[in-house]
Amino acid sequence: MTLQVIGISVLWLFLFGYVIVASIDFGAGFFNAYSTLTRKQHILTKLIQRYLSPVWEVTNVFLVFFFVGMIGFFPKTAFYYGTTLLIPVSLAIILIAIRGSYYAFATYGKGQKNTYTMLYGLTGLFIPASLSIVLTISEGGFVTMKSSGPILNYVDLFTSPLTWSIVILSLSAVLYISAVFLTWYAYYAQDHKATELFRRYALVSALPTIVTASGIIIELRSHNSIHFENLLDLWWIFGLSFFLFIGTVILLWKRKAFGLAFGLLVGQFFLAFLGYGVSHYPYLMYPYLTMYDSFTNDTMAIALIIAFVAGLGLLIPSLYLLLKLFLFNKEYVQGKGNNHV
Amino acid sequence: MVNEEAVFFSRILTELTLSVHIIFATIGVGVPLIIMIAQWVGIKKQDEHYILLARRWTRGFIITVAVGVVTGTAIGLQLSLLWPNFMELAGNVIALPLFMETFAFFFEAIFLGIYLYTWDRFENQRKHLLLLLPVAIGASFSAIFITIVNAFMNAPQGFDIVEGELVNIQPLLAMFNPAMPTKVAHVLTTAYMTSAFVLASIAAFRMLKGSKHEYHKKALFLTMKLGLVFSLASAIIGDFSGKYLAEYQPEKLAAAEWHFDTKSEAPLVLYGVLSEEEVKYSLNIPYALSILAFGFPSAEVIGLDQIPEDEIPPLYIHYLFDLMITIGILLTILSGVYLLAIWKKWNFILTKWFRWMVVLGGPLAMIAIEVGWWFTEVGRQPWILYQLLRTNDAATTTQHVDKMLYAFSGLYVVLTISSIIVLSQMFRKNTVEQELSDRALEKAGGSV
Repeated sequence: MTLQVIGISVLWLFLFGYVIVASIDFGAGFFNAYSTLTRKQHILTKLIQRYLSPVWEVTNVFLVFFFVGMIGFFPKTAFYYGTTLLIPVSLAIILIAIRGSYYAFATYGKGQKNTYTMLYGLTGLFIPASLSIVLTISEGGFVTMKSSGPILNYVDLFTSPLTWSIVILSLSAVLYISAVFLTWYAYYAQDHKATELFRRYALVSALPTIVTASGIIIELRSHNSIHFENLLDLWWIFGLSFFLFIGTVILLWKRKAFGLAFGLLVGQFFLAFLGYGVSHYPYLMYPYLTMYDSFTNDTMAIALIIAFVAGLGLLIPSLYLLLKLFLFNKEYVQGKGNNHV
Repeated sequence: MVNEEAVFFSRILTELTLSVHIIFATIGVGVPLIIMIAQWVGIKKQDEHYILLARRWTRGFIITVAVGVVTGTAIGLQLSLLWPNFMELAGNVIALPLFMETFAFFFEAIFLGIYLYTWDRFENQRKHLLLLLPVAIGASFSAIFITIVNAFMNAPQGFDIVEGELVNIQPLLAMFNPAMPTKVAHVLTTAYMTSAFVLASIAAFRMLKGSKHEYHKKALFLTMKLGLVFSLASAIIGDFSGKYLAEYQPEKLAAAEWHFDTKSEAPLVLYGVLSEEEVKYSLNIPYALSILAFGFPSAEVIGLDQIPEDEIPPLYIHYLFDLMITIGILLTILSGVYLLAIWKKWNFILTKWFRWMVVLGGPLAMIAIEVGWWFTEVGRQPWILYQLLRTNDAATTTQHVDKMLYAFSGLYVVLTISSIIVLSQMFRKNTVEQELSDRALEKAGGSV
């Protein structure tokens, strides 16, 4: 395995981690807001708060880790993506800032509960939408090279069906991942009303997720034929992913083994993510940037990998402790005792 | 091709984001250490008040952490959005500390979450102390790593340039550059110092508002003691930083001191106003600049006459430098006098005017942090990478930076005002007296 492949795999893994934890977080915020509108807040809010509170800060770190690692391993991405993404990423930063800080203001301070709930829910949906633009741009066709540097064509970007399909996929996937996780979490907390509600949300969002995901593959045929061919070569990975999807839906439908259902879901997204990533190889941005011409020097790559392994040695036990104390602690999950500062 | 407008707005936006971020970041670095000390004192003295101090400080601390995290995410991304050419070049050499910073941050985030939500779960207060340790370590280490990146910008090394290509890259040599020891040490000590004075000013404010509780006296005594220790340390390291500048970045020191002509036995220019190459109303201390720069009065200090015209930083940094030093000295005296008075049992420290001075201490320390950073950053102009890459050539070429500046300005105004409101609401209603009696009730009634 070359250093480039190790580098991109590390980043891909962290991006996947971010997609899962951030989806749970964004979706939870949305369901919380939605349940306030439909006056079902009393069922969901406490449960969501109990999950989010100890981990809200950790979610953000996954994102920071990804973009810092990206610049580290592939410094040229700063030039291509940094120049073109000024507006969409700035918007995402502003939304993340509002969301993150108002969460703390409302949870720890005595903030405006209802305004905050709505802000939190809505920004949570706009963030994946604005971040998913990066995936669209990476497919090529929206950036032209001028002598001054790369320029993003906003008109092409916003009139392309590919853009909107990816936005819709990111939204429905967020809700789906979140609802499946929260179904299991609510069941684990022995909160039957919340379990039922989340189960319904999960089943409702399953369909658009799988439909748009398949639609994007078809759209790529005309937009980026190289990528499309590569995707077809990996059909069996996506087939497996689809089977896992069916498994999750059946388990949810039959109200069985919610923990396993969530496990299958993680597997489904992992495979789909892997297939998507492998088929993108070796391009970081079609057709200008590949992972070979943007890679950092070998010395830095090795230093980063050593730092990464050492860092993981520190992180994995800490994350394990976090999960053991909160996610897998029945007393905490069921809300017995108030341990808050 | 340089897009002048984009360069201008990129500079303003970066400065704005960093200026907001360092308020919260400084608290984020310093306060966990002080919370840890309070918890430790509480355990050692078996005094519930110190434990409560740790607890209440932590509660306020979360709000500042939240804003610190989001503004930190903003500057992290803005580096690539606004300075893509710089990041592309620097990424090859300095990515290692940047990467390690996120690990430190990750580590801190995990343990902060655990610390916050395990109160009263463990009977043993020592376990809380153990959980605070990684929080404080993570906070300080993220400051260390990110300051290393900044030190590299001032003293780039650890690579060779052969025909425009970067070769022979040595990440560790790049990290341990000559600017690194003084910068890292100064950033850490001043962050601890500022946090101590900010917490002292809260305690003094409560006492002014009429609370006679012992708790505030203990808080004030502890933070003033720490304030004195850290301000003395900051002053000593500040002196080393001056010597570093004389050796490696003479134009920054010369611009800061309005030292126009190279000479030995150079006087130190304090305060004053500059109008067309003429310094008015200033205090000149003979030999002081030579001593500050090299440690002996006859040393020759390079003046601005030796620096090419287009490499001289803006001369207004003199005001920033003076303000930083003045505040540092005032705060050292303030905390020194306070402790001396406690020791000698002088009563003037109980007067209103003295307490108001302590209240002012926190904001002043924060102002010193801001002007200190402006001084060090503006003093490096016109370079983004000292003597390698000019700021003008590093900025983005894209349009719309101005609009992003307005959007972020709005965001920072909202965040700053909201955090002030939330923090004051948090503590105004739930006073120490209230919380102590609540906890006593809770204990008497067994577990609730």
